[in-house]
Amino acid sequence: MAWFIAKRAVALALTLVAASLVVFGVLEVLPGDPALLILGVNAREDTLAALRESMGLDQPAHWRYLAWIGGLLTGQLADSLTYDVPVTELLVPRIAVSLPLALMALTLTVALALPLGVLAAARRGRAADGAIMGASQLGIAVPNFWLGILLILLFAVTLRWLPSGGFPGWEAGVGPALAALIMPAVALALPQAAILARVTRSSVLEVLGEDYMRTARAKGLSQGEALWHHGLRNALIPVVTIMGLQFSFLLAGTIIIENVFNLPGIGRLIFQAIGQRDIVVVRDLVVLLAAMVGVVNVLVDLSYAVLDPRLRRGHLRGAHG
Amino acid sequence: MMLPSPRRRARAVFTVFAALAMVAIAPSTTPARAAPPDSLVMGMVLEPPHLDPTAGAAGAIDEVVYANVFEGLTRIGPDGSVLPALAESWEVSEDGLVYTFHLQRSVTFHDGSAFTADDASFSLQRISDEDSVNAQKGLYEVIENVVTLDGYTLIVELKRPDGRFLFNLGWGDAVMVAPETADDNKTNPVGTGPFRFVRWVQGDRVELEAYPDYWGTKPALQRATFRFIPDPAASMAALMAGDSDAFANMPAPESLEAFKADDRFAVVIGSTEGETILALNHRRPPLDDVRVRRAISHAIDRRAIIDGAMFGYGTPIGSHFAPHHPAYVDLTGMYPHDPEKAKALLEEAGIAPGELSFTLHLPPPSYARRGGEIVAAQLAAVGIKTEIIPVEWAQWLEQVFRGHDFDMTIVSHTEPLDIDIYARDDYYFGYDNPDFDAVIEALEQTTDAETRADLYRKAQTILAEDAVNGFLFQLAKHGVWDARLRGLWENSPIQANDLTGASWSE
Repeated sequence: MAWFIAKRAVALALTLVAASLVVFGVLEVLPGDPALLILGVNAREDTLAALRESMGLDQPAHWRYLAWIGGLLTGQLADSLTYDVPVTELLVPRIAVSLPLALMALTLTVALALPLGVLAAARRGRAADGAIMGASQLGIAVPNFWLGILLILLFAVTLRWLPSGGFPGWEAGVGPALAALIMPAVALALPQAAILARVTRSSVLEVLGEDYMRTARAKGLSQGEALWHHGLRNALIPVVTIMGLQFSFLLAGTIIIENVFNLPGIGRLIFQAIGQRDIVVVRDLVVLLAAMVGVVNVLVDLSYAVLDPRLRRGHLRGAHG
Repeated sequence: MMLPSPRRRARAVFTVFAALAMVAIAPSTTPARAAPPDSLVMGMVLEPPHLDPTAGAAGAIDEVVYANVFEGLTRIGPDGSVLPALAESWEVSEDGLVYTFHLQRSVTFHDGSAFTADDASFSLQRISDEDSVNAQKGLYEVIENVVTLDGYTLIVELKRPDGRFLFNLGWGDAVMVAPETADDNKTNPVGTGPFRFVRWVQGDRVELEAYPDYWGTKPALQRATFRFIPDPAASMAALMAGDSDAFANMPAPESLEAFKADDRFAVVIGSTEGETILALNHRRPPLDDVRVRRAISHAIDRRAIIDGAMFGYGTPIGSHFAPHHPAYVDLTGMYPHDPEKAKALLEEAGIAPGELSFTLHLPPPSYARRGGEIVAAQLAAVGIKTEIIPVEWAQWLEQVFRGHDFDMTIVSHTEPLDIDIYARDDYYFGYDNPDFDAVIEALEQTTDAETRADLYRKAQTILAEDAVNGFLFQLAKHGVWDARLRGLWENSPIQANDLTGASWSE
């Protein structure tokens, strides 16, 4: 187990080095001068040069790369080019929006998808199965931002129960903050839940056909008991894999939802920073997101071991094909 | 020039859908006001990168702090005129070289310290410092020397007469700051205005409150909040849901009909300083041939562009000048929409139909992206092919504005009275006419209002005769706000949301 974690940690570190090189290289060749963007079209050359110097953009590329990595390793992140504050100061409040949002959305996804998926599998071919699968088909087809607009129309514009967007900040209290996050979380969760419910259903169906399930039924367990005691654990492995992917998506892929609900999260920050050529913010964020996705992947792998004791003895991945 | 900004993603279809759906289901009750009656929530599309108007060109900075938090020696009024602000009066010497400003006496900064001539002198000298990062440094380069006569008298000597000096002092870039706090103004702005800064929740809003010791007329509002809502559909929803009281400039003109139909809202169409042009690169033959440029002018149907791209909001222009300015000359009749004439002019220039092919670089705003497609179709009708290249602002600035690597582009020049850009050396469209340059030079030396107006008229006419660019339309300002709100600016002579006169009617 320790050996496994060490291997994964090295792989994660190498991934991050590669990600840092790629993002730095891409930002180097991307056309656009941050100083010109900040000062606009009337700026004089000497003013632009003064600003570039104060932002350290006059240094050679390899030096800037090393300075950046050094800063990352020592926790000394540089100042954002546009906001002129340390990136950490920008990031913390954004993560305080995006992470709870992603967790809320994931919780909702799981809370909806697992019971419905199992139910559909257990009632295969019957009305409940048809209804659940029909609803999930619809859920997959509806884009989340459109669902978001519909939710705003209903709950903010017509009923006035919830704010139409924006985020009051956690300092305004947990209630208002959660009220601002609940609609975006639902908009994110429903399409994901639809996908996960289908995965759960097919995974449970597969398990139900296994020999050991027949054995369990033969020794007198009801289908529910057999599923609960012997089936679910095995059925969960593909479900957890998809959940891991979905969590990564919910962390990094919420740009559109954050725009629709006007939430100051990571997605919108990175989107803005790219437009403003705030290369300092973009590169830190990309590496941060890569790290988060990497960590989630490691956690998913570890959970396989928890779910399937056979996998603890070294045959992680591959053992279940 | 419309300032670089994160792109506004056109999701017109969904916005229109949202608009229709809202009209269908919006309740007829009055909205719960976003805030108590002595406060106001103003929606804005772009969030400012920081809050120091002396250190960046982003219009969003001024849209929050201009006149509200920071004040200059002069200020620009709602009609574009120059008004006294921190300077209560001034005298100009005969030769136009020496300005004597008499400052208001009971002014304090929001940290309680007094505003004196020393602060004024510091603020002006800071602009021209060697390491200054003032985006409009060039405007104040005319300042030769600043001297304080006593605590409340400031003398400014100029290198040469400058007819626009008092106007330029009214820009956000020349606001008065204190030496002790100037370096922190980006995140904690300390000015002399009627509102002081409370907090900035980055990505969401900036909050201001009335400053109790304000020297001038105290504002009716006790609190003002600016909320940043980049998405057009989200901005509609915020107004409809009562989460915002006003949008000084609604991003999506297609949503205006829905607000007009709803008597809870006032829709106020005003003017801006944004001349929207089809800029032509004179360095690239045959665009250096005036016949070709005139052909392009004849090929353009301004009305169709305004109707198609801006849903009818916008005023056609025939030169680079704002129609609401007193010195405006209507030159839209010089090149009426006439495809046959355009073809004839091209033939006269020795160009066979279908021979011309131009690139058309389009920055993100909808006036450019939507307008560009219509322009391309109109040019195709006279046998000119175009290749549309959508670009971000960063790319536009680098390739088009600085690199001159383009044939045609559509952009709105939003600075007030900026016709002098046509006299600049090596400007991006590459126009060079000594006669025009002479007119601009004369303008710079003239302070007499009537003579200046004559010179402006002359300058407009030269540009139109030379068909320098395709002059399309003046951008409109689409204000939408709660019908009970009073005192918001109808027009935007500068980019600002001056809330000093705003109040609720009940």
